[in-house]
Parts: sequence; structure tokens; C-alpha cells
Amino acid sequence: MDFDLTDDQRMLKDSVDRLVADTYGFEQRKQILKSPEGWSRDNWQRLADLGLLGVNLSEDQGGFGGGPVEMMLVADAFGRGLVAEPFFATCVLGAGLLRHTGQVDHVAAVAAGELLLAFAHHERHARYDLSHVTTSALQTGDTWEITGEKSLVLHGDCADKIIVSARVSGAVGDEAGIGLFLVNAAGLARRGYPTQDGLRAAEITFEATKAEAVLSLDGFPIISRVVDEAVAFLCAEAVGAMADMHATTVDYMKTRKQFGRAIGEFQVLQHRAVDMLVQLELARSMALYATMMASDDDAGARGKAISAAKVQVGQSARHVGQEAIQLHGGIAMTMEYKVGHHFKRLTMIEKMFGDTETHLRRLAGLGTAF
Amino acid sequence: MDLSFTAEERAFRAELRDFFHTAVPERIRRKLREGLHASRDEQVESQQILNARGLAVPHWPVAWGGQDWSPIQTYIYQDELQQASVPYPLSFNCAMVGPVIAEFGSQAHKERFLARAANLDDWWCQGFSEPNAGSDLASLRTSAKRDGDFWVIEGQKTWTTQGQYADWIFVLARTDTAVKKQEGISFILVDMKTPGVTVRPIQTIDGGVEVNEVWFDNVRVPYDNLVGQENKGWDYAKFLLGNERTGIARIGISKARLLRIRELAAMERMGEGRLIDDPHFREKLVGVEIGLKALEMTQLRVVAQERSLPRGKPNPMSSVLKIKGSELQQATTELMLDVIGPYAAPFFTDEELEGRNETPIGPDDAATAAPMYFNWRKISIYGGSNEIQRNILAKAVLGF
Repeated sequence: MDFDLTDDQRMLKDSVDRLVADTYGFEQRKQILKSPEGWSRDNWQRLADLGLLGVNLSEDQGGFGGGPVEMMLVADAFGRGLVAEPFFATCVLGAGLLRHTGQVDHVAAVAAGELLLAFAHHERHARYDLSHVTTSALQTGDTWEITGEKSLVLHGDCADKIIVSARVSGAVGDEAGIGLFLVNAAGLARRGYPTQDGLRAAEITFEATKAEAVLSLDGFPIISRVVDEAVAFLCAEAVGAMADMHATTVDYMKTRKQFGRAIGEFQVLQHRAVDMLVQLELARSMALYATMMASDDDAGARGKAISAAKVQVGQSARHVGQEAIQLHGGIAMTMEYKVGHHFKRLTMIEKMFGDTETHLRRLAGLGTAF
Repeated sequence: MDLSFTAEERAFRAELRDFFHTAVPERIRRKLREGLHASRDEQVESQQILNARGLAVPHWPVAWGGQDWSPIQTYIYQDELQQASVPYPLSFNCAMVGPVIAEFGSQAHKERFLARAANLDDWWCQGFSEPNAGSDLASLRTSAKRDGDFWVIEGQKTWTTQGQYADWIFVLARTDTAVKKQEGISFILVDMKTPGVTVRPIQTIDGGVEVNEVWFDNVRVPYDNLVGQENKGWDYAKFLLGNERTGIARIGISKARLLRIRELAAMERMGEGRLIDDPHFREKLVGVEIGLKALEMTQLRVVAQERSLPRGKPNPMSSVLKIKGSELQQATTELMLDVIGPYAAPFFTDEELEGRNETPIGPDDAATAAPMYFNWRKISIYGGSNEIQRNILAKAVLGF
């Protein structure tokens, strides 16, 4: 039992924190979001130069050799800074899928910042069911052709290559028979759009699109594993966002004067700030739990831990987010103020890869969260 | 960063679990599991079994019977003890007066009181709260005036838990009225048999008699019963409360309650099936489990910080444990009340339940569901109400 960081992890944390502080000031971020792609290729190169794009890749894959703890440190910093670059799509999902399928040809390019990936998995009526795949993959000779429509593909608008899930056999909802294919994004019909949190996504149509490579013909266990890692990452990102919002709120309460004194002198408001702290700390505890369970090979135990973490983080995020706005008052309703942006990001995180209700229902179905 | 316990820690856990389940009589543990209270004799019996094995006061200094355990070992001990439904060693002896005497008492105090407190040869109770000094404890008015080699104590204490069983009471009394209220309080030990000490029971909403009023009318005790220095009692009281900074969440107890709730819910009908299979009930149950897991991880973080904190200094994060821990304990009583349903209604006293020859009415534990729900409302009030915990966090962590 040990919650301490190693020296290497502390150095990583320092460097990612510094990078975010230097490049993600509120005004800097505003300019970045206004750019055509909605993120900065210069920043992306900085992330590559620091080795952060390969943080979860082994050293012989050109990476940092890190694991879930290193990813958590990055996520926490990105959550505080509201980083807009496609790290989650490319490194958490994309490189995660490549790593777990053992198809590591392209990971060095990811680590070098030369290749952007996206994971085209969700379909219109899947809701949060990972096995709801209707997109089909047909084999003719040596090639596979993909046909179907994928939705809400995170940073699917800018990706160079897309990893797409498609049904090789079986019926919609079967866990067996889902393949994972690598597709070159050039020539794909993509409709990109911004999301509520200022990031980007795309609807992508595949029409007998030729796959560049087969990553796996039994992809479900890998998808499930990578999504669990992704949820652990999102939990840590949400904690970073909540911590920043909470600190901002407490600072504001100490300086904002009404009725002749700082509003932080009112006990009713102090207690609300404390309740935010309690929710933040519970979420932080569960994000740590998710991190430490994210690489567990026992899919059942891992899935329970991830679901429990997503529920706690979702509940905490809603509480902390709403209270941060309420305690600020009108200022937090504006796009001029950071708290509202964190609130938007937290709201979207809650809806990604299973919302609070979905994970609660899942654990209830299993009968226990323990 | 690593969540797993070492092989030694796992072996330690297994050894404790085995001891608690085999050495402490099942008839006592069953009572706690079913929501009944251990009697005075059973509390003594259980604590003496633990003490013989060095498990009543492990957090005390080694010289006075403590174990030189790591914070993790202490956590494992609490977790296993609570999950096994073993009566917790009497807090007033083991968590409160014992550590204060060990830290601030004279050598004579230590020799006279500590071993007897650990073995529950003396039953201690707490004389802190007063009718007009609750959350604002420092405003207490019970006075102790020096008269030669004696203190003369006048006043009234209240909420004195199990005062009816006690041999001794540790009292916070005002010894200087001219200074700031925190700076004129002393910590004095009083034999309950001293003339002028009167105990009056208070019946609480669960129907039980657990707390008392204690009156001091011209009570004369030797001057040497003062612990530490005159007018430093407030510091000792803070030390006493800071001592219990991780056990406060009582996670093992909530785990044991959830287990019992599951057992009983599996026997109750709901629609065509059993209550335990009802989706809505399961969501509520799982919701409490998730909260408990989050609390346990938070507790482990606090335990990990123990290494770097001086002994007796409160960790403000333990206030988070108190707030959430009390809420979850109370949530388990609500769940149990839901399980028992209409059979929460019949009322029996503890004496009737223990001596019962008749068939119980309704499901197992039916008779204790409502009393426990009523009684456990106290958990968010005692030991510094949850509002006081919020004040502590606001000041110590948020800097208001």
C-alpha cells in the first residue's frame, strides 16, 4: 500500500504541469480553440518533444514506459488546463488499441507526434453498449472492406488513421465477432463538428472502405480493456478539472465582497465549499482506485472498479460543477471565465463511456460493487 | 503507487480475522450483528479477551501495552475487528482517557490507571458536554475550585454514554474564569463513587438508556487527580479527539451492516421475486457500496499520511472521514429499515429481546431495525457534529 510517486513520476508530473501552465493560460486556450482545427499543432509537437505522446508506450516502442499512474498524472494536468489537443483520441484510445492488439507498427509515429489516430466505434443506437456494432467487415481475398456509419468519433475530423470496429460475424449485440481494423482517413466521408466542451468530433461513413490492416478479429475484450483505461483517464481528468474549479471558487470567495465583507465569511457558503471539497476528495480517491485497477487482468474486478469510479466521479463532478457556478454567481455563467469551461468539460465527461446511471445500473445488475 | 497489501500485511489480516472469529464468543458477536447491544459484562469479557492478546490498546505506547504497529496495521486491525462484529474496546478507556494519561499524566497516574483501563477493570465515562455547552464545548461551566489538597467540583454534565456502568469519569472543568474560555479548563479524574456524584439516565428516541446526566454537587476529589497542568485541559481534549483520526469512519461496521442487509434482503419477498433481486433496491445498495469504497480509499490516503504527522495532531482530512462515514452508517440503517418494512413496527425493550422465549415477530433483526435507525442519528452529532467538522475543514483546509 503506497500512494507515493516515484522520482520519475514526480519529474513527469512537474514537466506536464509546467507545460500546461506555460501553454494553457485562459487567453492562450481561447485563441487555440478559435483556430480551424480547434487545437494547436505547435503544442502537439511540444507534447511529443517532452515524450508525453508515448507516455503509455514501452521504451522500445519509442515511449516513456509508463502505465496507468503516468497516464493519471497527464490526465490530471490536462483536466486542470482544459487541454484541447487530441491526446485522448490518439494516445489513450488509438495507441491503447494498437498496444493491446500487439500491432505496434505505428506507435513510434504516434510517440513522435507524426500520426493522429481516432477510434470509430460508437453507432447511433448503441447508447453505452460496447457490443452494439452493426458496421460490417467483409473479406474478399486478402482485403477487408468496411461498411457502416460511425458516430461521435472523438477527433475523427483530424485523424490520419482511423481504428474502426466492425462486425465480422454474429448479430448486433454479440461480443464475439467484432473486428478491429485500421483505415487510412484520406478519402473518407467525414463530417467534423465542435463539441460542447470545445473539442472536436466527427460522423464518419464507411462505404466498402478498404482496411489497411486487421488489428484483431476478436476485438471485444480489447475494446473493453481500452475503454476501461480510457474511463480511468477521464476520471483523473475530471478530478483535475474539479480541483481547479474548487480552488478558483475558494479564492473567489475570499476576494469577492458583498454586504461589506468577503462572501467567504458567511458560514453557509463556507460549508458549501467544504461539501465541494468532500466530493472532490471522494472523486480523487476513486480516480486513484480506477488508476490502480486499470491494468488488472481480471476483467470482472477491473470493470467493477472502473464502474464504481465512474459513478463517484460523475456524482462528484455534477455537485462540484454546479456549486462552483452557484457560489461564483453570474461571473461563472460567462464564456469569459474558466469555471464555466470546466463545467462544460465535466458535463461531457459524465456522458462519455457510460454515464453515472449506466454504470450504477451495471453494478446493480452484477449485484455488488465490491 | 501500489494498492496491494504486502504478504506480511495479508498474513496479519488473516491472523486477526481468525482470532476475532474464534476467541471472541459467537454469542456476543451475534448480538452485535443482529443490532443488539453488548451488555456491560459482555463488553468486559470481550475486551479482556482482546487485552490478553495485546489487542485492546494497540495504538498506546508500547511501554503501556501498545503494539508498535504501522498505520496500515492499525487500519487492518480496525477493519477486521469491526467486520467480525467484535465489540470495539471501550472508547472512553482506550481511545480517550488512556492516551491522554499516557501522554500527559503523572507516573503515578500511569501506574494506577493504564493497565486497569486497558483491561476494563475500570470503566471510564466522559464528562465533557453540558446542557449549555454542546458544539461550543469550550463554554462549559462546571467548575473545580481548589481547596487545599482537594478540588471541589460543582456543575452538570450530559450525554454521558454508559455513565451508569462507569467507575470513573474524566471531567473538563473550569478552573480559571478570568482568561479566554479555552485557557481556563482543566482535565480532572473523578471516582464515580465520590459523594455528590449523581447519575440520571436519559431515555433516547430508540427507547434505550445509553446516555445520562451526571450531577456534581460539592464533589471533593484529591488535587492529584488533575491530569497534566492546570488550565491545559482544552489542549488535552483536542489531543484526545485528534487521536481518533482514522477509525472515525467506522468502515468495517458499515461493511458488516451491508452484509447483514444482504442476508435479510435475500429472505424477503418483493413482487414475484426476492427483495435482493429488485433493481431499485440493488441500485440503492450498490450506491452505498460505492460510497463506502470511496470512503475506504480516502481513509487509506489518510492512513498513508499518518507516517508524516506527529502523534496526537489532528489531520483535518479526518473530518472528511467523519462526515462521509457517519452519512454512510446512517444510510445502512435506512436500507435495513427498507428491508424490514412493516415489521419495523413492533417495539420491545432490549431486556425483552434478550430474554425472549417467544417466536420473534416478523423477519430476523426486525426488532432492532427501527431502534438502530433512530439511535444512529447520533453519529452525525457526536464527536464534533458534522457542522463542526465543516467548520474545521473550512478553517484548516480552505483557509477561511
